[in-house]
Amino acid sequence: MTSIGTGYDLANSIFSPDGRNFQVEYAVKAVENGGTSIGIRCKDGVVLAVEKVITSKLLKPGANKRIATVDRHLGVVYSGMVPDGRHFVDRARDEARGWRETFKTPIGTADLASRMGGYLQAHTLYQYVRPFGITAIVAGYDSELETPVEGEVGKGPSVGAGGKVTGKKHGGPFLYMIEPSGLYWGYYGAATGKGRQSAKAELEKLDLAAGELSLEQAVKEAARIIYVAHDDNKDKEFELEMSWISGADGPTKGRHEEVPKAIREEAERLAKKALEGDDDEEEKKDDDKMEE
Amino acid sequence: MDHRPQAWGRPRDDVYGAYDNSYLQSSGPKQATQSPIVTGTSVIALKFKDGVVMAADNLASYGSLARFTDVPRLRSFASTSVVGFGGDVSDMQYLNRHLTDLSIDEAYSSSTTTTSPQDSSSTTGTLNAANLHKYLQKLLYSRRNNFDPLWNQVLVAGLDSSERPFLASVDMRGTAFTSPSLATGFGAALAQPIMRRYAETEEQAARLTREEAVAVVKECMKVLFYRDARSLDRYSLAVVTKEGGVEISEDETLEKQSWAFAERIKGYGTQTV
Repeated sequence: MTSIGTGYDLANSIFSPDGRNFQVEYAVKAVENGGTSIGIRCKDGVVLAVEKVITSKLLKPGANKRIATVDRHLGVVYSGMVPDGRHFVDRARDEARGWRETFKTPIGTADLASRMGGYLQAHTLYQYVRPFGITAIVAGYDSELETPVEGEVGKGPSVGAGGKVTGKKHGGPFLYMIEPSGLYWGYYGAATGKGRQSAKAELEKLDLAAGELSLEQAVKEAARIIYVAHDDNKDKEFELEMSWISGADGPTKGRHEEVPKAIREEAERLAKKALEGDDDEEEKKDDDKMEE
Repeated sequence: MDHRPQAWGRPRDDVYGAYDNSYLQSSGPKQATQSPIVTGTSVIALKFKDGVVMAADNLASYGSLARFTDVPRLRSFASTSVVGFGGDVSDMQYLNRHLTDLSIDEAYSSSTTTTSPQDSSSTTGTLNAANLHKYLQKLLYSRRNNFDPLWNQVLVAGLDSSERPFLASVDMRGTAFTSPSLATGFGAALAQPIMRRYAETEEQAARLTREEAVAVVKECMKVLFYRDARSLDRYSLAVVTKEGGVEISEDETLEKQSWAFAERIKGYGTQTV
């Protein structure tokens, strides 16, 4: 045993005497080395962004997307092992399709997060599997409109009996983050991957819980945060990938879509400018100190 | 007392005579759909300068009974196309589910892979009206070859891959064709001649404005309501253009009806004069 440590990290489904599952903790390490992903839930939508580290100059710019569409209104981004993430997305799409088949209505973001949380948790229980080497951020906009159920006859009563309540708000933007252990929470702002510490610090400054931030502002903030989070390891080049989901009357009409090139480039320009501004300020402070 | 499931809810043999259960197919070859059950009547569509307009009433008939009066039969898929369904309503619902799944699947690839880095927007995806029409044709033809047809006649309107107006039809046997104006069912006899007056050729259709085309289609819906006993005065109207995308209004009502012509019609029903 001495040559292989305590032996409690050799398999899933075995706790160490102090109540830890080492395999899950090692999976978290895999996530901590991945490119930074963030999600922002704002008053009228959700934004996802990822720092896509360029591993080879031979890769085609803009190809090999890292943000995936799961259903019309659902998007997923993840940090960590990309093949694990791809499988996560496949499974999420199956869940979304299955939900539509059973209930004839799109899956809610919370329901998808629950299903996927359960799936990841199951991968911490058995000897013959390993946990997922990813932390995934699931974003969705559950329709605020009346969603038609296939085969329904008529519109039903507009209010009262029939389950309808006047003035009640339905749907809205949602954001969940699922960790390798299967743990998932709903967030206003979520960050994972290499730059998560600085990204989380920036997200906290936005005061997302107040519900003031608009989708357009959130896109710019998301770009800036990815640039800030990347700042610590300047050596590697990266591409910024962003997607967004708005409500039915917003720019994406309730769908998960890539942020249009023009808006993304504008956000990147502002992000770079903001970073340069910070550097200037720091330099100035240094100068002040020198003078003192 | 007969307790077998076949006898549930049936009139008693000793009172009403033997029940004719020949349709239960206790023997013989497997029989698929032999006729439609709940049906929608005509769908009509007309191309114009920069798009296509389509209309169909909101009625689902059960034989000659106007059974469901609130069933929209124009459905939008992949954000740039409209499909209008005539014929069996349950088959329409099946196709609706199937095409929804298809358009969701197609939207995956537009977000995970891009054909060119210049392609900034993923909104259009890869599924357009021309693809959708070809897909439906293959599907309906293969179902007919399996002797299990989907009992629909379908019009597909939208934009093709070069974003020009597109309009084509498929029937339950997989027969596909295209024309500047198209109509299914009774509309082929009643509405098509009217639409051809305005757009017999592609050139003529390319000169029609949106307002003109909508007016022609509304006129045709009125004629169909006058003459087609399985029709309704409430209908859906869809307009597809490059600029505006798909606009579907599902609560149109026929305006300015005039039944004056009915007085001149002689020789039907119980009339003796």
